[in-house]
Amino acid sequence: MDTLTLVIVLAVLALVLAGTGVALVGRRRPPGSVAEAPVSPSPRLEPSVETPEPVAGRLTRLRSRLGGSQRTLGRGLLALLSRERLDEDTWDEVEEVLITADVGVAATQELVERLRTRVKDLGARDTAQVRPLLREELLALVGPDVDRALHTTPADGRPAVVLVVGVNGTGKTTTVGKLARVLVADGRTVLLGAADTFRAAAADQLQTWGERVGAPVVRGPEAGDPASVAFDAVKQGSEGGYDVVLVDTAGRLQNKVGLMDELGKVKRVVEKHGPVDEVLLVLDATTGQNGLVQARVFAEVVDVTGIVLTKLDGSAKGGIVVAVQRELGVPVKLVGLGEGPDDLAPFEPEAFVDALLGD
Amino acid sequence: MFATLQDRLAATFKNLRGKGKLTEADIDATTREIRVALLEADVALPVVKGFIAAVRERARGAEVHQALNPAQQIIKIVDEELVGILGGETRRLRFAKNPPTVILLAGLQGSGKTTLAGKLAHWLKGQGHQPMLVAADLQRPNAVTQLQVVGERAGVPVFAPEPGNGVGDPVGVARQSVAYARAKMHDVVIVDTAGRLGVDATLMQQAADIRDAVQPDETLFVVDAMIGQDAVATAQAFLDGVGFDGVVLTKLDGDARGGAALSVAKVTGRQVMFASNGEQLSDFDTFHPDRMASRILGMGDVLTLIEQAEKAFDKDQAEEMAGKFGRGEDFTFEDFLAQMESVRKMGSMSKLLGMLPGMGAMREQIESIDEREIDRTTAIITSMTPEERRNHKILNASRRQRIARGSGRSVSDVNGLVERFTEAQKMMRQLASGGGMPGMPGTAGLPGMAGMGRGKKAKGKAAAPKKVKGGRSGNPAKRALEQQQRAAGLSDASAGSAGLAAPAEFELPAELRGLLPPGSQH
Repeated sequence: MDTLTLVIVLAVLALVLAGTGVALVGRRRPPGSVAEAPVSPSPRLEPSVETPEPVAGRLTRLRSRLGGSQRTLGRGLLALLSRERLDEDTWDEVEEVLITADVGVAATQELVERLRTRVKDLGARDTAQVRPLLREELLALVGPDVDRALHTTPADGRPAVVLVVGVNGTGKTTTVGKLARVLVADGRTVLLGAADTFRAAAADQLQTWGERVGAPVVRGPEAGDPASVAFDAVKQGSEGGYDVVLVDTAGRLQNKVGLMDELGKVKRVVEKHGPVDEVLLVLDATTGQNGLVQARVFAEVVDVTGIVLTKLDGSAKGGIVVAVQRELGVPVKLVGLGEGPDDLAPFEPEAFVDALLGD
Repeated sequence: MFATLQDRLAATFKNLRGKGKLTEADIDATTREIRVALLEADVALPVVKGFIAAVRERARGAEVHQALNPAQQIIKIVDEELVGILGGETRRLRFAKNPPTVILLAGLQGSGKTTLAGKLAHWLKGQGHQPMLVAADLQRPNAVTQLQVVGERAGVPVFAPEPGNGVGDPVGVARQSVAYARAKMHDVVIVDTAGRLGVDATLMQQAADIRDAVQPDETLFVVDAMIGQDAVATAQAFLDGVGFDGVVLTKLDGDARGGAALSVAKVTGRQVMFASNGEQLSDFDTFHPDRMASRILGMGDVLTLIEQAEKAFDKDQAEEMAGKFGRGEDFTFEDFLAQMESVRKMGSMSKLLGMLPGMGAMREQIESIDEREIDRTTAIITSMTPEERRNHKILNASRRQRIARGSGRSVSDVNGLVERFTEAQKMMRQLASGGGMPGMPGTAGLPGMAGMGRGKKAKGKAAAPKKVKGGRSGNPAKRALEQQQRAAGLSDASAGSAGLAAPAEFELPAELRGLLPPGSQH
């Protein structure tokens, strides 16, 4: 079967489906509601602007947040590998520990194979010997040496532009809010762009976040064109001399072609002002193997430069980022470790692995 | 894209086709593949283990049919087991004897509780109830506002005495809401709570307090279809913390395989009651275990495909087509063009084809599809005059040359299109007159069995994974036949499922039917 045949097959299929009486279902945005109202910034500076915590060492402080069972990942592996006899069952258990962490079958098998070889070479084992070995392997798993710095330095009198994308409910708006705090703590001036014009009250949610740290929010009309909101945000960001413009986008499932096109447009339109410095994909730590599909599709559409792994304080272990990093080479840049406003931390592989293995 | 269970099994059984009996080694090899397939669909490991053990037991046991080949046997067993766990007894919402009925929603952050509250309210309203929404998520910034907007869209009042954003006591709000609903004569109260993690003891206690305050008739656990291995831990934590009576699976419109449905159902013993599958308020439905089973196994999902098609089509256009079809008029290039537009609206070709059962063997070809082929074909057709589009028989050499120049394609591309189009037209004619495929009376031909009525050679083609380079026969006549059969199978299948024949036929997973030998279908 070649492509042309498939086209015909689909067309015929479509015809037959059409012939059986179908209902017209409305598109996502109600027509008529796309009217462009003037976008205005709303720099409502509340009197009580909070001063966020400094960023340095956040991960160390939040170490205890890595959920209880998360620690069992590292410790469990350590205990298994320190056993006197390493039989097939033990290796199966090792594999299970990794699979239950959502690392994925392929990545797991690869790691187990590597561990097998290395442990065999080691000969006699005890915890003290296995530990550095496991640490090394885990480190290789979570973070080959990649650039995890967030590019938020304004250049040529133009603000750094950060676009935040992801599927529904991963915590994009919250991440934008928390990231704004991180940046404010670093002494940057931040402008937020509420390009989530779809979800009810998303802009309000962002506004609440902005008010807390004194970051103004550029909003558009509900159901308006997100690209125009993003464009205006960046425009006002450069006119107002802001250091960073954070653009929040609506959640979209990666298999919705129309919505992904819309996202591509948002980025293209923003790029009229100059390149986008960071495109952050927000992934929920509870996400399973679909996370890889998400990362792949988003990377294709908007060229993701970093990942924010949220909700890592639960029992989920976020192992999917291993597969994502492996396959797409996109590094985890930030991790969300709690509900508190300052619980977003830069990801440091070493501190993270040490937390996994326990002290 | 992940290889499906079907691909895996096909590879495993390649060497034992025709043996007809399962040895211990065969079972081992198969169960390993099933294990990986389930894990890749995010079914939780403990559940996978139990599941595999059950399948192994049955495969080894007396259930080895003479009539089925090994792959068919295994798939049948797997499918039955899956539907068994997912389906069980389907349960409906319990309404209180003395209204209001209280429905409590609980789940992780971002699982879609607030959106679901709106959908549920909309659905209940459609059934003649008078629901009221309660904003007990006072945690997340502007969750209250979001619920108010959702309520407004659904045309349902929202009880929100507290502004939220960390202010107010959700337990108090929940308590007041029931009395308020009684006073205002609402018969259903839907309480939206804040998202919480299973490990957060304080918040779990708060959820339990809300539960005690409102005494819900139904507590629904809202879980995202994309959730991974953590589904079990989370579900267990919620079961222990607040307890729940049913599960709602959200974001099923994504392409996650949704193994979580299986894990949660198995571990907690609670049924998945509803599925939420879109961004509109009306994208909400009761749960279909059989569809979910096919989805987890990565088998084609014809029903979903049909639903998508329905969404993409213009009703008037569809009726016009149906009329035309009925009058026995020929399928023209104009119709073809219109269909391609509709197809384009449904999403990428590779995705659509992936949803069809029986396409597993062609996965590689499907993945290498150039999506722009639709554009190219469109270009050729739009370069024809209206007259040519209506009657392609007038396309002589000079016209073809002109079309090729106009569309920037070569003459042989144009020839290829016309040739295939002629075949498609023939097939449409056949369909219109007979309503079914010759040689298969009374059977809705499913893709996997497209060739089965057509003799041995075709049957082999349809059933075996094609390993020929490019997957096409070198003989043009044979190729045409294959393609025609494929197309006929597809269209016929959808016609049958969409109500022309017997929709009940789809109770049996398409793939399973496709693998059954022709004799065992009736």
